[in-house]
Amino acid sequence: MLWNLPYIVVVLLAIIGLATILLKRNLIKIFLGVSILTSAVNLFIIVLGYRENSIAPIYTYAPSLNMALPTPQALCLTSIVIGVATSALMLSFAVIIHRYYGTVNVDEIRELKE
Amino acid sequence: MIADVIVSNLPAFLVAVPLLAAFLCPLVGRISPNIRAAWVFAAMALTAAIAYCLAYLVYTGGTVIYVFGATAADLSIPLDSGGIPIRIMFTVDPMSALMEIIAVTVGLGVIIYSLSSDERRSGLENYYTIFLLLISAVLGMVSTGDIFNFFVFLEISSLATAGLVAYRVEKGLAVEAGLKYLMVSTIAGIFFLFAIGILYGQYNALNMAIIAERIQWTPLDKIALVLIVASLAAKCGSVPMHFWTPDAYMMAPAAVTAMLVVASQASLYGLFRFVFTVYGVSLNYVTMGWVVIILGILSMVVGVTMAIPQKDIKRLMAYHAVSQTGYMLLGVGVGLAVLGDQFLLNSYGYTAMEGGIFHIMNHALYKGLLFLTAGAIIYRIGTGDLNRMGGLGHKMKFTMVFFIIGALAIAGIPPFNGFASKFLIYESVYQFNPILAVIAMVVSILTLASFVKVFHAVFMGPPREEHAQVREVPLPMLGAMAFLAILVIVSGLFPGIFVTNLIEPAVHALTDQAGYMTIVLGGG
Repeated sequence: MLWNLPYIVVVLLAIIGLATILLKRNLIKIFLGVSILTSAVNLFIIVLGYRENSIAPIYTYAPSLNMALPTPQALCLTSIVIGVATSALMLSFAVIIHRYYGTVNVDEIRELKE
Repeated sequence: MIADVIVSNLPAFLVAVPLLAAFLCPLVGRISPNIRAAWVFAAMALTAAIAYCLAYLVYTGGTVIYVFGATAADLSIPLDSGGIPIRIMFTVDPMSALMEIIAVTVGLGVIIYSLSSDERRSGLENYYTIFLLLISAVLGMVSTGDIFNFFVFLEISSLATAGLVAYRVEKGLAVEAGLKYLMVSTIAGIFFLFAIGILYGQYNALNMAIIAERIQWTPLDKIALVLIVASLAAKCGSVPMHFWTPDAYMMAPAAVTAMLVVASQASLYGLFRFVFTVYGVSLNYVTMGWVVIILGILSMVVGVTMAIPQKDIKRLMAYHAVSQTGYMLLGVGVGLAVLGDQFLLNSYGYTAMEGGIFHIMNHALYKGLLFLTAGAIIYRIGTGDLNRMGGLGHKMKFTMVFFIIGALAIAGIPPFNGFASKFLIYESVYQFNPILAVIAMVVSILTLASFVKVFHAVFMGPPREEHAQVREVPLPMLGAMAFLAILVIVSGLFPGIFVTNLIEPAVHALTDQAGYMTIVLGGG
């Protein structure tokens, strides 16, 4: 049961993130939901790479050959960088929308409906 | 010597050239706007030359593999790795090469057009940086043989596209469209990454070939497939997730819209690549084929019915783009539904897929052309509202001719290329299920009706007073439209040449999962 604890956290984070995206009306809160969802996936990838009693794959100091594969960390790092870029772009869009529409409520941002 | 180095590193140059050119663009732009324009054009022309060379190599000598960081470019399995490919690699098979040809051909036309149509805007150095970044991302998506690498290029294309859609701001309207696109594609990207995690957790690999070899069709694989198909279908604008398409296509500058068509098709390519190459016959291909067919039929019908009442020319064309995406899904879906049955595959499955894949190419050409003509009209009269147009045929004769070519091609009227691919789809889908073929034909007729209406509203009628100052658009814009129009006519007059030499190898590469694995894993 304890083994699955990280996966339960992943699912909880994903549900919180999705609920925030779907239920909140404020753009900034929706962006927070996207960030939480990204964190859930990042945590999922990190947890996949965890092996009990394994060590970091640094060959010089390794006492044994029981090393964890570093690929998941590399994937996660890339994903974090992409997440930062996405957040920056989303927030700058929110700034421009607030400047022109005077609101960040998604119910009022509906100028494009035909 | 140098030629050898260049030839063996072509797949890397394909992505590196537009990427480096993109980030040098603001620096070069400091010198003068003309030099920046020359720089952007030169970068695009060089990328196109590389893509054509690479495609020539692939079509004559078979799939090209490029492994990043290896001692030899085609050393897919390092000697000390224990028999698995651990490095990121590009696997350029005929299907990838075809998508590259489409992307650079449309990209070249679009860049020429954009250099003229957007020259008066501000912030152009950033605009072209993002533009070249988008081209680089599209080329990367169609070349890569690594699922995480595919995700990275997918995210680059999402961010670049959102930036380009929002580029004109337009009192916040364009930003709203860009934000809508960004939200959809970011959430799609997150779920795609989740699917990658599931596959990686089970098979300890990120390379498409090795996952294809190890895949078991476990319940987790099914979840991963659902996530992949849903996220890529959202990115390519198929119906249940199509709501970003009209907004984004309408608000982006015309040149960007034409490029967006290609970027969505790169996601479509990803969908096909995952379903055929990674999952292949291990999945329940009949069910999955029907899922793709139903997505296609829904896109066709909903797209065209939503298009008919539209009043904005680019919004109308955007709904037609959704509708045409349905034809590609339909053709390839029929091929997928009979994937395991060699007899049915030979009798009509391959033809259906050839129709679907040929339609990708034709759609990129004629839809690009149509969006460019719409952009030309908006460039001169300053609005996309169909009710405020009319009588433009007197002033913009060449644009009118190009519009007619594009409109007849999209409606599937012979001698234009839309007819060639739609005919392949009709005749093969009819053998699979006649009702689907009838729906496809009805949608085609509705498309024709819709474009007749647009043609009448825009070009026919007496000249309007408020358009007294309207002239024909500048020569580079006409040149770009002529370039695409000639390709539309040539591929419509001689479809056999294109199908035999370009489309057939691509379709066989897509369905031949074992061949793909053998090339990457070396007899694996």
